[in-house]
Amino acid sequence: MSSRPIATSRTAAGLPTARLVTWWVIASEIFIFGGLLASYVMHRLGHPEWAAQAAHTHTWAGALNTFVLLTSSLFAVLAHKAAGSGDGARAARLLRLTALGGTTFLCVKAFEWTHEIKAGFVLSSGGFWSFYYTVAGLHGLHVLAGVIIMLFIAADAARNEELQRVECIGIYWHFVDIIWIFLFPLLYIAR
Amino acid sequence: MSSPSHAHHPAYVKIWAVLVVLLIVSVLGPLTGIRWLMLLLAFGIAVVKAYLVAKNFMHVNSEPRWVAYLLIICLALVIVLFAGVAPDVMKHRGLSWENRAAQQAVEAGSHAAGPAHE
Repeated sequence: MSSRPIATSRTAAGLPTARLVTWWVIASEIFIFGGLLASYVMHRLGHPEWAAQAAHTHTWAGALNTFVLLTSSLFAVLAHKAAGSGDGARAARLLRLTALGGTTFLCVKAFEWTHEIKAGFVLSSGGFWSFYYTVAGLHGLHVLAGVIIMLFIAADAARNEELQRVECIGIYWHFVDIIWIFLFPLLYIAR
Repeated sequence: MSSPSHAHHPAYVKIWAVLVVLLIVSVLGPLTGIRWLMLLLAFGIAVVKAYLVAKNFMHVNSEPRWVAYLLIICLALVIVLFAGVAPDVMKHRGLSWENRAAQQAVEAGSHAAGPAHE
């Protein structure tokens, strides 16, 4: 019997089980964020007065965070490339840079939220702010989870172990990036 | 380890540069002062950026075709959800009903925001 883990060997669906699971996670996440964003859009269209609330968000902080996530996605895909060529040490370095990007994103978010809460805009300040904190908070939790998982995978990758996981966390990270790509215009640009 | 289908790697840094340029354009959109152009730029560019990330970074086009179908079906179902629920949320009155709380919220918000938002 083979000692290779099932996550790297089974191909009944045409791709390794670990990647199959990653795509299923992404599919379920589409419903979580899709439902939330669809609700936000329909409420926003029904409440033109929310534009005045959205004007209080910090566009430049949102833009900086978009840049940070796009750059961290570049590091994630370069880590995948390094893992594909068997260079675990480089993949680990790039994954840690990706995690640094995620941490920077959370720090900028904390700075933003501190200013907004100090200005009196809290979860219960109205429909816009309820959606703002819920959607951005849920996204932030996904970033935090991604950073933690990535650091564990980087530790394995540095020893040239479980390199297939580098691609899986990369796919997840790019999805988190895509969600933010849509949150940015919805929460910061459309006023 | 990555599957052989992912052996071809596009020019990731160039794609990242394109994404950053698109981000800059979408941030500068509001400076035009034209609302429809700003919204078109912001959401049009978001769709293009998401496509570039999915195609080149997530390698969706290198996966078995059912992966793309799975994602498209999920997105289509979200659109069905939107189409089914949106009329009740976006409209504040119908033939035999009205959502007074929403009407009052719009009115109060419009007064608070001033003439520009009425």
